[in-house]
Amino acid sequence: MKYLDEYRDERIARGLVAEIARRATRPWVLMEICGGQTHTLMRFGIDELLPSGVELVHGPGCPVCVTPLETIDKAIEIASRPGVTLISYGDMLRVPGSNTDLFHVKANGGDVRIVYAPTEALKFARANPDRQVVFFAVGFETTAPANAMAVWQAKREGLKNFSMLASHVLVPPAMRALLSSRRNRVQGFIGPGHVCTVMGYREYEDLIREFRVPIVVGGFEPVDLLEAILMLVTQLEEGRAEVENQYVRSVTYQGNLHAQKILGEVFEVCDRKWRGIGGIPESGLNIRAEYADFDADRIFGTQGVTADEPAECISAEVLQGLKKPTDCSAFGTRCTPENPLGAPMVSSEGACAAYYQYRRHMVAAKGAH
Amino acid sequence: MCLAIPGKILNSDVSNGVRVGRVQFGGITREACLDFVPEASVGDYVIVHVGFAISVVDREEAERSYELLQSMGVLEGELKSDLEPS
Repeated sequence: MKYLDEYRDERIARGLVAEIARRATRPWVLMEICGGQTHTLMRFGIDELLPSGVELVHGPGCPVCVTPLETIDKAIEIASRPGVTLISYGDMLRVPGSNTDLFHVKANGGDVRIVYAPTEALKFARANPDRQVVFFAVGFETTAPANAMAVWQAKREGLKNFSMLASHVLVPPAMRALLSSRRNRVQGFIGPGHVCTVMGYREYEDLIREFRVPIVVGGFEPVDLLEAILMLVTQLEEGRAEVENQYVRSVTYQGNLHAQKILGEVFEVCDRKWRGIGGIPESGLNIRAEYADFDADRIFGTQGVTADEPAECISAEVLQGLKKPTDCSAFGTRCTPENPLGAPMVSSEGACAAYYQYRRHMVAAKGAH
Repeated sequence: MCLAIPGKILNSDVSNGVRVGRVQFGGITREACLDFVPEASVGDYVIVHVGFAISVVDREEAERSYELLQSMGVLEGELKSDLEPS
């Protein structure tokens, strides 16, 4: 219980932990999808507070982690061309490609820049008409509307020097793929609170009909996550499988219709490869034909670039909840946030990076025995 | 990059046909698009993800989650930009 005194709502957290222990009569395996939730769970040691039968496994909800190797290679190739400014979110620079990463392209004179919002890339393009500005856009449903808006604005303004290398992914098809796998262990999901802020949670009802698995949309604070876990354990113990919404402060059934509208205007659903997992049908978003003039993959002719993923990294198993980062022989030694072998060690939302930050001592202790 | 950070809307304007506003996150302000939250006004608290407000929350909720993100040390990386001075 050493972490509980760090909680602002220590009394509430303690009560939730006790209630989970009281209700759980059997072992249950629960998965949180979102990398932001993984980070909170590790930071506050929530997995260590739970009764031993309630196991948390970590899902594929880190967009940096699931961007395919070949897409990183495409970004590197485009960024290495003269006259190009490649702009992306900070974490993308350190993700290893087949031979190098964007950070090294930048160090070797490539014009690679970090922004926190796609609209900044648009502004840069307006101010620098002599540069070909490529925004390398990754993300789940939370991020896709923002990226869509940048493309929509560029078209409306008739910008000739802005395009997007897009690699968007969708949560429900990934959950369907995990649940369809013969190796699946997950019996209940904590739904991603900010994805559902945008998309609502209607889509998750189909998954429940198909797989009879409870899903509780959860927030990001420790007490949110404990409450979501309690709601899941209660459903499982009572033999129910429903969608429930713990994060009512931000999530509605319909989601944000304004964001959904722009998303549908610019992007269409497509099959998508996920790093470490492989192809998942209808799990991604492509730029629609009407916006093809802003599709960097087409403009720079990189559609044919393919890459094989390195064998040492076990991120495939980690991203599917089959293994923990600490099960990897390279964890914390040959693979660290400074020198990552795989993408889950790069982003603070990646399970490996979260374990590295908060659980290294466990590995050291194990090695000492 | 998938985090969403609560902040307070300081002003609201239309720029290149889009509604934007300065949003304050603790000691840092950033421009954010307000087109997805037409119901939000100056002084309201919104959750902002990659420069876009995606929902309106109350002040207490905003302050609590901001402090949590700050305590986790993830804000700086999230708001980092080569193009915008902090």
